[in-house]
Amino acid sequence: MMAAREILQGTAHKFGDHVNTDMIIPATHLVSNDPAVLGRNLMAGQDPGFASRVVEGDIIVGGENFGSGSSREHAPLAIKGGGISAVIAASFARIFYRNALNVGLPLIESPEASAAISDGDRVVVDLGSGRIEDVTTGKIFDVPPYPEFMQRIMDAGGLIEYVKNKP
Amino acid sequence: MSQTRRILAAHAGRDSLTPGEFIEIPVDLVLANDITAPLAIEEFGKLGAGGVFDRDKVVLVLDHFTPNRDIASADQCAYVRRFALEQKISHFYDGGEVGIEHVLLPEEGLIAPGMVVIGADSHTCTYGALGCFSTGMGSTDVAAAMATGKTWLRVPDAILVKLTGRPHRWVGGKDLIINLIGILGVDGATYASLEFDGPGVENVSVEGRLTAANMVIEAGAKNGIFPVDAAAVEFLRGVGVTASESGIEPDEHGYLRQIDIDLSTMEPQVALPSLPSNAVAVGEAPHVKLDQVVIGSCTNGRLEDMRLAAQVLKGNKAAPGVRLIIIPGSPRVYRSAMAEGLFEIFLDAGAVISPPTCGPCLGGHMGVLAAGERAISTTNRNFVGRMGSRTSEVYLSNPAVAAASAVTGTITDPGEIV
Ligand code: SF4
Repeated sequence: MMAAREILQGTAHKFGDHVNTDMIIPATHLVSNDPAVLGRNLMAGQDPGFASRVVEGDIIVGGENFGSGSSREHAPLAIKGGGISAVIAASFARIFYRNALNVGLPLIESPEASAAISDGDRVVVDLGSGRIEDVTTGKIFDVPPYPEFMQRIMDAGGLIEYVKNKP
Repeated sequence: MSQTRRILAAHAGRDSLTPGEFIEIPVDLVLANDITAPLAIEEFGKLGAGGVFDRDKVVLVLDHFTPNRDIASADQCAYVRRFALEQKISHFYDGGEVGIEHVLLPEEGLIAPGMVVIGADSHTCTYGALGCFSTGMGSTDVAAAMATGKTWLRVPDAILVKLTGRPHRWVGGKDLIINLIGILGVDGATYASLEFDGPGVENVSVEGRLTAANMVIEAGAKNGIFPVDAAAVEFLRGVGVTASESGIEPDEHGYLRQIDIDLSTMEPQVALPSLPSNAVAVGEAPHVKLDQVVIGSCTNGRLEDMRLAAQVLKGNKAAPGVRLIIIPGSPRVYRSAMAEGLFEIFLDAGAVISPPTCGPCLGGHMGVLAAGERAISTTNRNFVGRMGSRTSEVYLSNPAVAAASAVTGTITDPGEIV
């Protein structure tokens, strides 16, 4: 599910600290599990026009504690369904981090990249070699590897496949 | 080891665990609701497991958008209902049996000390008040646990919260936790356990501990846990669970951090918009004009909360222009509040009494806010737009402060009314 070696590229959409799941997808929209349907209301709690401005492949750049709040897996699904290819943040909330892993949304924890990338910058993320490049400024950042246990889940293609294929 | 790690180690069949390591352990209870279960059931189907691991250990509660808010939520509930019947789930709560999940489960005697409980709801952490490990996860994690009876966890570090002193009349579990989140910040406990201990614990009611444990997630914590003292044993006996006292033993590896809280000097707390960490004493809260007051939710929808609200509302009326909504958290709370005559007081005060539901807490229904409106609420989140419009505002408080504020129409210390 999580494309381990993919190269992702798009325009950065910058948000602040503590972006919570009510901003990402307000609870009133939690009556569908379809990523495309959820994606139409991506960030509706913060910026109702946001979803229509996203171009497929774009990247969200958040600050500290991205994804805090509820356990709704609809949040990473809405981000994926809305056309976002990855989220870069200074840090992530715990449940959101697990959910993103399970639905195959790449998350990159990098306080340096989070601080340095500006809204509208062109960004390339190379998950295979572990590198983020801000094409607009020429700055390069390392992507820390996932913990080994989580990498195993990702290599299996997500939690469902991991559980299915366990001996 | 911390108390949390002790429980996790017992489940992992290990003598000890180190923070940061990954473990796969059996779970004792798995929970989902009408918002998170549909996705979990879909993922469960992909596993091809056929049946749930144990029909007595899966709990499904239709509490968020019920009684069905609209056709889409009705369809979601119908989908969960079909699954629950097919799988012969013993603990499926629908119709008149619905309570807000985290009020309901302890009351139903489903929670016992030492258990590992996971739920597709972030406030699953509530049950730590009764000395178990409980934490929120997403739908896919819960799907895997429904099928296999197991989950994986990163072993958390612990923060010790040492309580001393006896709180004054209008201060309780809600004030303690808002104060603590104010100290920690909304991510101050990320990945960690909050372990409550100290001589002050016995001065916080078991219901107040459920309120406090409910909100540890608002500081990013993985779980919160209280010692099982005589009061907790008594509470558990009342719901048919036999347990013995067990303390929080000191962690020989030390804690990430220790926070000391003296309850005797604490004033009722209010969290200003739009983060639960914006804690101030009620006397320092701004005198804003309120449009709505909500008393209920998994945080403060228990009988003690209803009684506190009634003590303040007795003989008083909600101020003109203030909509007062009271939501008993479960059928049992509802019936007891009615039997004790609290409904009389609420109705005389001009309140709307809602059936047990999450309703306005998450901006679902039963009292969402219009643009620019302000509410004080006993719920747990005051994020932008949480109760309705993006330009509405939510202040968080305990039920007594909320009730006093309903009477005056602005944020008020209950001491001024009673
Ligand atoms: S009352 Fe509010 S916080 Fe509690 S489970 Fe319901 S929606 Fe979630």
